[in-house]
Amino acid sequence: MAHAYTPGLRVTARTVVRRLRRLPLKGHVLVGLGDAVGPHDVVARTELPGNVQTVNLASRLGVDPARVVEALRKGVGADVRSGEVLAEANGLFGLARRSVAAPADGFIESVSTVTGQLILREPPIPVEVSAYVRGVVVEVVPDEGVVVEARGALLQGIFGVGGETWGAVAVAVDSPEAQLTPVRLRPEHRGHVVVGGAHVTLDALRRARELGVAAVVAGGLDDLDLKSLLGRDLGVAITGSEDLGLTVVLTEGFGRIRMSDRAWDLLTARRGRLASVSGATQIRAGVLRPEVLIPESDTTTAAGEAEAGTGLAVGSLVRVIRAPHFGRVGQVTELPPELRRLETEALVRVLVVTFADDGARAQVPRANVELIAS
Amino acid sequence: MSGRALPPRPEDVHSILATDCGSTTTKAVLIERRDEGFRLIARGEAPTTVEAPFEDVTRGVLNAVREVEELAGRRLLEGDLILTPMQFGAGVDLYVTTSSAGGGLQMMVSGLVLQMTGESAQRAALGAGAIVMDVIALNDGRRPHEKIRLLRELRPDMILLSGGTDGGDVRRVTEMAEVLVAADPVARLGAGYELPVVYAGNQDAAGVVRELLEPRTALKVVENLRPTLERENLRPARDAIHELFMEHVMAHAPGYRRLMTWTPVPVMPTPAAVGLIIERVARRDRLSVLGVDIGGATTDVFSVFRGATGEPVFHRTVSANLGMSYSVANVMAEAGLPDILRWVPFAVDEGALRNRIRNKMIRPTTIPQTLEDLLIEQAIAREALRLAFGQHRALAVGLKGIQQERTISEALTQSAGGASLVDLLDLGLIIGSGGVLSHAPRRVQAALMMIDAFLPEGLTLLAVDSIFMSPQLGVLSTVHEQAATEVFERDCLVRLGAVLAPIGTGRAGQACLTVEVSGPDMAPVSRRVPFGEMALLPLPPASAAARISAVPERGFDLGAGRGRPVSAQVPGGCVGLIVDARGRRPFELPADTATRIARLRAWHAALGLQPEGR
Repeated sequence: MAHAYTPGLRVTARTVVRRLRRLPLKGHVLVGLGDAVGPHDVVARTELPGNVQTVNLASRLGVDPARVVEALRKGVGADVRSGEVLAEANGLFGLARRSVAAPADGFIESVSTVTGQLILREPPIPVEVSAYVRGVVVEVVPDEGVVVEARGALLQGIFGVGGETWGAVAVAVDSPEAQLTPVRLRPEHRGHVVVGGAHVTLDALRRARELGVAAVVAGGLDDLDLKSLLGRDLGVAITGSEDLGLTVVLTEGFGRIRMSDRAWDLLTARRGRLASVSGATQIRAGVLRPEVLIPESDTTTAAGEAEAGTGLAVGSLVRVIRAPHFGRVGQVTELPPELRRLETEALVRVLVVTFADDGARAQVPRANVELIAS
Repeated sequence: MSGRALPPRPEDVHSILATDCGSTTTKAVLIERRDEGFRLIARGEAPTTVEAPFEDVTRGVLNAVREVEELAGRRLLEGDLILTPMQFGAGVDLYVTTSSAGGGLQMMVSGLVLQMTGESAQRAALGAGAIVMDVIALNDGRRPHEKIRLLRELRPDMILLSGGTDGGDVRRVTEMAEVLVAADPVARLGAGYELPVVYAGNQDAAGVVRELLEPRTALKVVENLRPTLERENLRPARDAIHELFMEHVMAHAPGYRRLMTWTPVPVMPTPAAVGLIIERVARRDRLSVLGVDIGGATTDVFSVFRGATGEPVFHRTVSANLGMSYSVANVMAEAGLPDILRWVPFAVDEGALRNRIRNKMIRPTTIPQTLEDLLIEQAIAREALRLAFGQHRALAVGLKGIQQERTISEALTQSAGGASLVDLLDLGLIIGSGGVLSHAPRRVQAALMMIDAFLPEGLTLLAVDSIFMSPQLGVLSTVHEQAATEVFERDCLVRLGAVLAPIGTGRAGQACLTVEVSGPDMAPVSRRVPFGEMALLPLPPASAAARISAVPERGFDLGAGRGRPVSAQVPGGCVGLIVDARGRRPFELPADTATRIARLRAWHAALGLQPEGR
């Protein structure tokens, strides 16, 4: 490879994002092309098939499976109410008459003469999809959903938990090095997207939840605190469906790590603006990172800015993403073509970085840096 | 498949291109016939392009082949096609490929009784190279609606439905088919095609199952995988899985229709191909073999152990959430931090370690830069391997409760009683692969990781797959066994040496065993190793053989009985002979932290595990 490609997370003040808002099954789209939508607007609606209950008529009535149809009080396809008699038959020697009641509201989907099972389908479950982000409908996928386009700032986090939410941006700390503690959170943060600094404590997250904060965005969090928050050790990094009453987005990682200046500047410059936040993270092929989207007030404004360069070159601004220099930012001053030996004795491709804060130089594996858009 | 060209005759093959389309990287190798036999000529790789924005697997294949072209200095492609057969020094005679892109083949299996047909169905799917997402059975403790919800939510690529012995109860099997109908599951790769279902249960129920499932799924009915309680017959189900994998799953993955036209050999799931090469090695060398591939997301374990009558029995398991990057935090969750920390030769703050492991999970492509970081990763690898091996042992068992016959890749006979077939004393060779083993800065580090994780007993050979070429060689072995085994031995397998570990326990420092090694071009070496210690004795290079003789003290067993000497001729290796007198049955590490760290440091020093002075 001529040069390494080490993509960083996107932190950009002006961009165009499109979000597909799609139903899990076909249904009705409620908005049209060109419509302006807000995050809470419902754009599509459908009904999921209801849960299925199986009722073993043959064993409960004491009849042969082949004869359960004769015992039915209502036919296949009929609606039934919970407690209503589904079937009845005379028991052994015709003595006691047995009946079977519906375990729930629903309709009779099928009856098998092989197994004697009746399948009762409960009423459908309504499902709605909201626009999630303020923007304009630029595409309608018939019967399935829409694509909403928003223009504004985008910040991708490295890890998050909790689902989609939105609220006005509030900054609760004084600097990107600060820690977000419970005392920093106030009742007026209710419904807001609260920005912390380098670290958020478990107590602060609990307090945020009590206050009804929509989301917390911070540099880092301790894994032990994540475990306490979730009530379990997170195994595989697939998140977004947790029911925490709060969405959390980490911009840097686990531990206390200063929030990058770009992220801090982007968020603090947009205090009071409406942000849409998703904690959904999936770290496998088809990587999905959590995000904070802050649309411009005027949806017609300008196009996006250039993406971060895709090549690592001398002069590139990078951030180290693994020990021993984790979190430090600097400029690439050398890209040696040959493999170099690390302390581990592994031979790998490296770069030499000069750190921005103290001017010190260090050799770092190329795999352990991410590019920062300049 | 119909219309596929026949592979060339082995004697006409001089040049072979083989690729493995992994979930993140597509690897290509060029193999050519030379005077000494088939050899690896060049290897290239490129990111896999199944996902957006490319959504065409052939792009990644072509990119990897272009790298091989550059390295080998000759043309292999004609535009966007692989040039076959070779003409005027350009192109190759044969192209083969494996694939695990897009997460591999993900299946759900069902049986009537979890421990019987459920387990047999699981073995059939795993043997075919699938990841088993879940096993559904009548007695799995879930209510019918929960089974239905699960089938709907998991969206498997394929379902294997089994249950009942031939001539047995039809009703129960039909019940499972009805559950499937009620769930109406959608295949993972989109709603545009029917979900492939293999039925391999009670043949008397096949008619009803057809009636229920044929209108809704791509159903294939094959022989019962458990025709009688005493017999397992997995081959037909496994073949049907491969066939449906090609015709349905692969054909709907982006770019695969085109890829399939490039090769005269069916595209094989990556783990199935690795299993094939492990089986061939076991048969050729008449050894019990354990193969392990530890990746970023999953760990595969393959084994060939002897059954009751001495015939080899093959097993494969995959631990879907044990790995070194994407799944690293799950290793921590499953093993628990204390079990990881017990392998680390220095004190670590628990909170800091947890954050460190999590940061690896969210930035999976980073590598350890400090020695401390490397030793922690290797400690995690030991636990991932140990857990994966535990899962393998639990599934590599005889049929529960009876004496019978089992077929996996071919008809084989084996022992019974539901006991694990994994016999550590009989284990002859461990082959490790995956970055943490294959790329360990010192080969002895890979050796010790495998010893600590698997705790082999008696004498066991150790090797690593240096560049993870097993998948390509596995699929190649189906059409050109000679080329596959020659390259495997010469260019793929790195023989590390052997480990000698007596069974028994004693006091630290007590006499345990005396070992002697002799070989060509080396002075004989003899060493007394006390209980509780480790030692490293030299071996000749892998191309030469060495003789190992060992005499255990009374109370210790090397496989011939307590206190009885053993002697064996073994291939050499680049690490040497590791004598592990730390005890077996049980193997225990000191409970006290300071003592444990001191012991770990002493063992590491004895084996030369780390740079001097660290």
